[in-house]
Amino acid sequence: MGEVKLLGTWPSPYLYRVIWALKLKGIPYEYIEQDLYNKSPLLLQSNPVHKKIPVLIHGGNPIAESVIILQYIEDKWPQNPLLPSDPYEKAVARFWVKFADEKGLSISKVFRSSGEEQEKALKESLEMLEIIEEHAPGLGQKKFFGGDKIGMVDLTLGLLAHWMGVIEEVTGVKIKEAGKFPRLEAWIKNFKEDPVIKENLPELKDMLPAMKRRRETVLASK
Amino acid sequence: MADDLILLNLWSSPFGMRVRIALAEKGLDYELIEEDLSNKSPLLLKMNPVRKQIAVLINKGRPICESLIIVQYIDEVWRHKSPLLPSDPCARAKARFWADYVDKNIYAIGKLVWGATGEIQEAAKKELIECFKVLEGELGDKPYFGGDSFGIVDVALIPFYSWFYAMETCGNFSIVAECPKLVSWAKRCMERESVSKSLPDQYKMYCFLLELKTKFQAQ
Repeated sequence: MGEVKLLGTWPSPYLYRVIWALKLKGIPYEYIEQDLYNKSPLLLQSNPVHKKIPVLIHGGNPIAESVIILQYIEDKWPQNPLLPSDPYEKAVARFWVKFADEKGLSISKVFRSSGEEQEKALKESLEMLEIIEEHAPGLGQKKFFGGDKIGMVDLTLGLLAHWMGVIEEVTGVKIKEAGKFPRLEAWIKNFKEDPVIKENLPELKDMLPAMKRRRETVLASK
Repeated sequence: MADDLILLNLWSSPFGMRVRIALAEKGLDYELIEEDLSNKSPLLLKMNPVRKQIAVLINKGRPICESLIIVQYIDEVWRHKSPLLPSDPCARAKARFWADYVDKNIYAIGKLVWGATGEIQEAAKKELIECFKVLEGELGDKPYFGGDSFGIVDVALIPFYSWFYAMETCGNFSIVAECPKLVSWAKRCMERESVSKSLPDQYKMYCFLLELKTKFQAQ
């Protein structure tokens, strides 16, 4: 079938979406850490259009964009499915994957900005959380968005479960008030307690200094 | 209706056009409901409470939202006719990548080409041509982005052809001069009935976009 290589930068939540998918399906892979300030020939060759991580290379074929990689993994390795088999339920899941992927960018923007730009990103992030709390199907009734098992929507929202808290600490800005989103908070707890996820989360004590440095670099370059 | 399909649409929306093309490719009957986005119908708000946007396909009373998600749904349920996505996982990933590329770039940049002025418009024109050249590179010598068959990337991109006259006129430049291969591809797509019947006349679109532009500038 060909070997699987994964290009990423630690501790990117987009990278982790792919790691979780591979782990949940039991797919072995070789991880290759990238330096985004000094991009490797392999990265540039594998993702010439966006030059970003993560990139999955399977049997020499590169696939870029985390959500597209997740769909590839799902198509290629059907065990432990991440999407429902029913076309309608699948379409609903895809809608929330897209929503989470697009709106999650606001939370990344809170991390990468300050002042007015950050205020705007904060407002957008809050709107995202409110919509999920109110409209996301299954939330509050089932253990995960995917039902009893973790699915693609859960993986795409992983950013909220683990990275949001670190972003709040590094920026000194509160995105989510405790107690205001009970269904989402219950999901976060379930997600982080899942054995595969628990074993594959970046260590908070290492994330904090790394993300502090990253934020300083990003703000300085503006 | 045989297939129990309703499409909430806007005649000028490239996203609505994508769905109409896909439905036509599959030979499906459906009820077309034209929405007024300044006065959204209760049906639209009920069927798409999150985004409150068209296009929405309602199949047997259940809504599917987001144009490319709708196209994939149509392709999966009515798989037997004119498949829009390949079956090989690697080829599917490639198709999704390029459909996503179109989604991330063409609407936002195109809007500035017909809608903005001055430096912003000039920058947008440059970016648009760059994107079109990247797409030409991906197209290569193939008749369609899908290869020999019309596929999801073609569906994703071709609606923006209805903006070409508006973009060229407002931006005072020629797309065919810069990207002849892309224009040939577009004309090839327009020979398909599914496309020619789903895209509005370019001049009608130009007049509509000009009205929008004037409205925005007045605000």
